[in-house]
Amino acid sequence: MSQPYMFEKPLGLRDTLPQAQKEISRLEMIFQRELQRWGYDFIKTPALEYAETIGRASAIADNRLFKFLDAEGHPVVLRPDMTTPIARIAASSLREEPLPLRLAYTADLYRSQRKEGGHPSEFEQTGAELIGDATPYADVEVISLMMSLLEKSGLASVRLAVGHVGFVNAFFYDMVKDKAIVNHLRNLLYSKNDVGFHDYVATLHVTREVASLLNSFVDSRRMNNAETLQFLERLAGTSSTPVHSYYQNITELIHLLKLDNLDAQIDLDITLVPHLSYYTGFVFQGFGGKLGFPVASGGRYDDLLAKFNRPCPATGFGIRLDRLMSAITMPAAEHEKKCAVIYDRENAGNAMRYAAEEREKGRSVVLQHAEGIDTLETFEQQFESVTYFLERTETEE
Amino acid sequence: MNDSLITIAMPKGRIFGDACRLLRNAGFRLPETFETTRKLIFDLESEPFRFILAKPVDVPTYVEYGAADIGIAGKDVLLESGRDVYEMVDLGISKCHMAVAGLPKHQSRRPFLKIATKYPNIASDFYRKRGEQVDLIALNGSIELAPIVGLADAIVDIVSTGQTLKENGLIEYDRLLDVSSRLVVNPVSYRLKKGLIDQIVEKMIKATEGTKVGMD
Repeated sequence: MSQPYMFEKPLGLRDTLPQAQKEISRLEMIFQRELQRWGYDFIKTPALEYAETIGRASAIADNRLFKFLDAEGHPVVLRPDMTTPIARIAASSLREEPLPLRLAYTADLYRSQRKEGGHPSEFEQTGAELIGDATPYADVEVISLMMSLLEKSGLASVRLAVGHVGFVNAFFYDMVKDKAIVNHLRNLLYSKNDVGFHDYVATLHVTREVASLLNSFVDSRRMNNAETLQFLERLAGTSSTPVHSYYQNITELIHLLKLDNLDAQIDLDITLVPHLSYYTGFVFQGFGGKLGFPVASGGRYDDLLAKFNRPCPATGFGIRLDRLMSAITMPAAEHEKKCAVIYDRENAGNAMRYAAEEREKGRSVVLQHAEGIDTLETFEQQFESVTYFLERTETEE
Repeated sequence: MNDSLITIAMPKGRIFGDACRLLRNAGFRLPETFETTRKLIFDLESEPFRFILAKPVDVPTYVEYGAADIGIAGKDVLLESGRDVYEMVDLGISKCHMAVAGLPKHQSRRPFLKIATKYPNIASDFYRKRGEQVDLIALNGSIELAPIVGLADAIVDIVSTGQTLKENGLIEYDRLLDVSSRLVVNPVSYRLKKGLIDQIVEKMIKATEGTKVGMD
């Protein structure tokens, strides 16, 4: 690379200017309050982690990690997700705490991105993890919590797609009895390539019945929830197989979401397969507003804690604040209008007292000495109101 | 995103005529001037559909970012761009295939083959899987020139009838994949406008089956 310009920043990184930062703080506050009301405790983890531990367990592709050496020569990464560090904490520092654990975070994450607009390498995420509860009731809790956060953020037409990768894996394995083929089929779902899925099924050496089941599997995305449940029931059979117990979990989840009045916003889509490879059960993505990308995602990851020597079921989600901000149409909240107090040496004491009183009332007050201002008129324009404490005249405009 | 309006990105150029015919078969009431207009945005009067006319390679981009809900794009373009969109229907139109081609009896003695292409990602992937090391040269058109003037040893490009290769004295060495146009959908649009989009997808599947039967 040639010499950077003095104002340039590394690729994919950006400054957050006051207007955007206000909106972020607003969202952070709403989320923090709501997460605490649901009984979740906030934690923080370091931005740097070892590449061999978090780097490897995080399931983010190697070429998207920011990786370098620390002062002792160990390879370290900037944390690419928060679920993995939280899993580590749950398996170590919080090992003695009674389960289930309810933990929340707001943190900057780092993933190296392609050179294009709208895909920053550093972004803020708020999320929650519910650790130690294997029942579908835990999945319902995190889904309802995520929906509640999205609704409270002001996002329009919030929708949720729910799938179950455990069901997908078990069903595919029952059909083809070959792990490599299962992986290939699942990857085609992940890459959203329905055409490729049908083409690949046509090349498999399976009975006509199996091929037709696999094909209807991917086409089931176009069904409504009731049809999807019927279809899954057909696939699940009646015996005590993993597929059948996953099916029962799905039925239970949909039933509970109905009780929570969320079913109209939810699209049960068994073909939904997200990129993070540590998911084992329910997976979901949140959508809404005017953005072409999902704003939130999550799922169950029952095998991740075992990597830190504490096998334990867990489920959770993360909301991308950068994407959420772009998806919300609402103008920035206007409640934070500022006023100014302009004073001189003679009236400093009065001006300070006045400013302090106004701040106590909850107003935002800028206290500014007259001599520090270049042009009075330009300065005044930024404020809703200006109060003067100058010489003997105390005028208010 | 307007909840009741569906924006469809159409590829200008080679595929456009085929795509329009298919849309009409699927029941879209496109006006007669649709093929000749120079407008880039076109709203249907009676139905909630807006068409945007884009360069074919840009269609997946419009759809990935949600500027269009749906698009019609060639498999070549989709593979090359790697955009995160649903590839829902093989429309079976504008069929061709991607191939490696070059001069007959070419025996390169170079340690690295030089490959000229409009599709550097597809070409690189193909040679990487075969374990061959090649030098890629990205060009934007008239790829057939490259081996003739000695810029490259071979080309990776789409071939429909083979006429262009023939007229320039080139032959096909390898066939990479079959290409046809696909209906692609933005993942968020799909969730927010599922009802409308599912209807379109089903109509397009029917229309595609129609053209297949008609052609046999």
